[in-house]
Amino acid sequence: MIGKGIRKVDSESILSGQPIYTDDLVFHKDVLIIKLLRSPHAFARIKNINIDRAKKVEGIVEIYTYKDVPQVRYSESGESYPDPTPYDRMLLEPIVRYVGDEVAIIVGEDEVAVEKAMKLVKVEYEVLEPVLDLIKAEGHSSIIHPEDDIFCPFDFGFNGKKNIVSRFKLGKGDVEEEFKNCDLVIERTYHTQAQAHCMMETHRAYSYIDANGRIVVISSNQSAYHMRRQTAKAIGLPVSKLRFIKPRIGGGFGGKNVALAEPYVAFVTWKTKRPSKLIYTRKETFAASTSRHEMKFDVKIGSDLEGNIKAIDINSINNTGAYGANGTVVTMEAAQNVLPVYNKVPAIRYRGKTVYTNIVSAGPLRGYGATQGTFITDTAINELSSKLGIEPVEIKLNNTIRKGAEGGILKNPIKSLNVEKCIERGKELIGWDEKYPNKEINSTKVRAVGMSIAIHGSGIANIDSATVIVQMVEDGTYILLTGSSDLGTGSDTVLAQITAESLNTNMDRITVYSGDTDACPYDTGAYASCTTYLTGNAIVRACAELKDKILKIAEAKLNIPALFLELKEDRVCHKEDESIYVFLSILGQESVLGPDSEVLMANATFGMPESPRPFIAGFVEIELDKSTGEVKVINYVAVVDCGTVINPNLARIQVEGGITQGIGLALYEDVKYSDSGRLLTDSFIQYNVPSKKDIGDIIVEFQPDYEPTGPFGAKSIGEVVIHTPPPAIANAVYNAVGVYIRDLPITSEKVYMAMKESKDNKD
Amino acid sequence: MKVTLTINNSNRTLDVRPDEFLLDTLRRLGYLSVQRGCDTSSCGLCAIWVDDEIVLSCTYLTVRATGKSITTLEGVRDEAKKFTDFLADEGAEQCGYCAPGFIMTVLAMEKELINPSEEEICHYLNGNLCRCTGYKGQIRAVKKYLESKVARGEGRWLQ
Repeated sequence: MIGKGIRKVDSESILSGQPIYTDDLVFHKDVLIIKLLRSPHAFARIKNINIDRAKKVEGIVEIYTYKDVPQVRYSESGESYPDPTPYDRMLLEPIVRYVGDEVAIIVGEDEVAVEKAMKLVKVEYEVLEPVLDLIKAEGHSSIIHPEDDIFCPFDFGFNGKKNIVSRFKLGKGDVEEEFKNCDLVIERTYHTQAQAHCMMETHRAYSYIDANGRIVVISSNQSAYHMRRQTAKAIGLPVSKLRFIKPRIGGGFGGKNVALAEPYVAFVTWKTKRPSKLIYTRKETFAASTSRHEMKFDVKIGSDLEGNIKAIDINSINNTGAYGANGTVVTMEAAQNVLPVYNKVPAIRYRGKTVYTNIVSAGPLRGYGATQGTFITDTAINELSSKLGIEPVEIKLNNTIRKGAEGGILKNPIKSLNVEKCIERGKELIGWDEKYPNKEINSTKVRAVGMSIAIHGSGIANIDSATVIVQMVEDGTYILLTGSSDLGTGSDTVLAQITAESLNTNMDRITVYSGDTDACPYDTGAYASCTTYLTGNAIVRACAELKDKILKIAEAKLNIPALFLELKEDRVCHKEDESIYVFLSILGQESVLGPDSEVLMANATFGMPESPRPFIAGFVEIELDKSTGEVKVINYVAVVDCGTVINPNLARIQVEGGITQGIGLALYEDVKYSDSGRLLTDSFIQYNVPSKKDIGDIIVEFQPDYEPTGPFGAKSIGEVVIHTPPPAIANAVYNAVGVYIRDLPITSEKVYMAMKESKDNKD
Repeated sequence: MKVTLTINNSNRTLDVRPDEFLLDTLRRLGYLSVQRGCDTSSCGLCAIWVDDEIVLSCTYLTVRATGKSITTLEGVRDEAKKFTDFLADEGAEQCGYCAPGFIMTVLAMEKELINPSEEEICHYLNGNLCRCTGYKGQIRAVKKYLESKVARGEGRWLQ
């Protein structure tokens, strides 16, 4: 089953339009509609709220303001406890911290009533001066979180009074000393923009009270267990009072690992004892959910004339917006999931801080800081190579680690990493040697190539944990129960393949049930590229135990020692005489019958001690119009080492989807705010995600290196694939016209102006 | 106001608001394959057929559909499966939230374009956004589907 491009287990339902998503599953006819009144100001204190007229609207059931909700601070972030995040938000507060912050919860029988009431709530604000620039945040006279009751599960340098969420350092060697020995040192400043997730299904949640008086929340989320914990905290109930179910979800990309709608529906249902639902509009999803963290970096890098890098020194500022959520770890991952591949460099120093500002909160988005970190590290190295007159391919091959590397900033020895093969194949597939650096097409158009490399992790070492139950059903087939979340990637299918392989059977005999906190054991959830590696390993363990149990039962049944028996697709048979066998359906039936019955099941937990590194080499060919600065991607080559490829079809789509999202980040997707802090790019008209005509060809190849700690040798793939487009395209732009764009996205205007400036300087 | 609609070949008489859009009416009636992805007619998720023409149901007033024939994916599942098997074999459905609108648009394209080139296919389907797949798997599936029809001697684009 490993290495086969098997169809997704949910494929047929998805493709026939079955009702399988959150809002399709609302079965209560009397479900209350919730909408959230949001702040028009970036920073303001609520002086007065008058809900009298709004409450009189026919069909309005309740309107809650900050006076009516638990004044408990929680974090919206989905991470394992103790989570590295400040508990800095409430359902509602008398302070609003960005345009879109929640002011009131409006609950009614139908949408028309709720919309009407929304307009009749009168709010008087004392408008405060917002902090909109990440550079000015630290020590600004406006303090976004002056509260004394913010709880940080552990100390990461939180200083609310200075608008500082956290500080982080990482490094090895003596950077200052190494710079003295360099022949060439360059210093550059880079800026990466926020990015919207743009999952096709907006945020939403639905809740009701079950027969036992508990709250059931069905929501489009990526981590049922974390969402439940944060929701319980927000509404002041014990976790055990809540059940969270993740149905099929319409994409997430990290954005649904954030408790947004969930606490509100749970609160309303608990207060009213009625089912309720909250569905974010697309505009709300842009303007009042989360985005990628905007970051600014100062980078200093030095080498000798041969291109041996001696020192890398990076200072970063990370803009987490109005709430801290994932800011701290994103600052960390911009280094931890990037710099290890340059562990050969004698001195590395990374210093990062995360700041509050009065813009939309940043949250987890595929790549999670490492995308930003890869852009700046890789671009700085490309810039260095350009100055030295060395090809970027060579400088990367020279300065990167190989399998077996350890020490320095590596937390664990590297047991798999296919750097050379990925780069070599990428070069061949793009036609690097013929095309580097560029070719004139005509008087205005030039084609050029560029490249980049990236690593990532496969889950979070020493934190992530997954438990699974694998059970034989009465008919002799198996069911896998996992708390993991398939957000469309096909992880349920991949986990079924791992189960089938482990039990030597086929896919038809495996059922997967996932993402339900009452029925599935604990799993971290789908983030940090963990599921295949983390949950897959738990499955391998559980299946080994289940297999032993089955063989033992068959031993008694057949009166042949288990040693001579083999578990097959639908039976257990003698290893040397296949005519001696017992069907699993018989064992299944007997497992639930009479005094000797014992259901054949096993559970196993995997808490990961290390996080293996996937690797990608990205090569791009662009066409640049010198008269306008427009950049078009012609070909993108991605060669990936994700360890053993469990399902080549699904893995390929992961690569193609990630590269496309990365091209969007590199070229098209921009976030703009008005001077007063209102998000201007809050629809698909203003915010441009790539469409079919925007991306050129994408050529994908796998060069797997077997990861000994992975399930059947697998590592991760979900996030590493988004990292390379921004630096590779920036490199290609340089190879085309000799300018580096250091501020994403690389728009026509920026390229044109940089070309003009470079020409003016020469003149 | 009362309207009579023909949805997937069955007649439904119901009360609608004058400002109600077809997307909301269809979902209310249980045609849940139709999804909303945006507020600005930009994503293609809610694409259905009205009198065999592709329309975005999020901005099509329900009253306008009086007396017209409305088709959602629920009404063409068998026809759609001939195409969607190719999507499934590519693994290109991913989260699938955009799939119903995409499938309805592909089936409409098939009736409208004769022997389309890849460029024409991409142009026709450009309004169907997808954030998961990077589109390439979708396009591979469309091309393989069209080729399979040619191989079987079916389809208009042979003429």
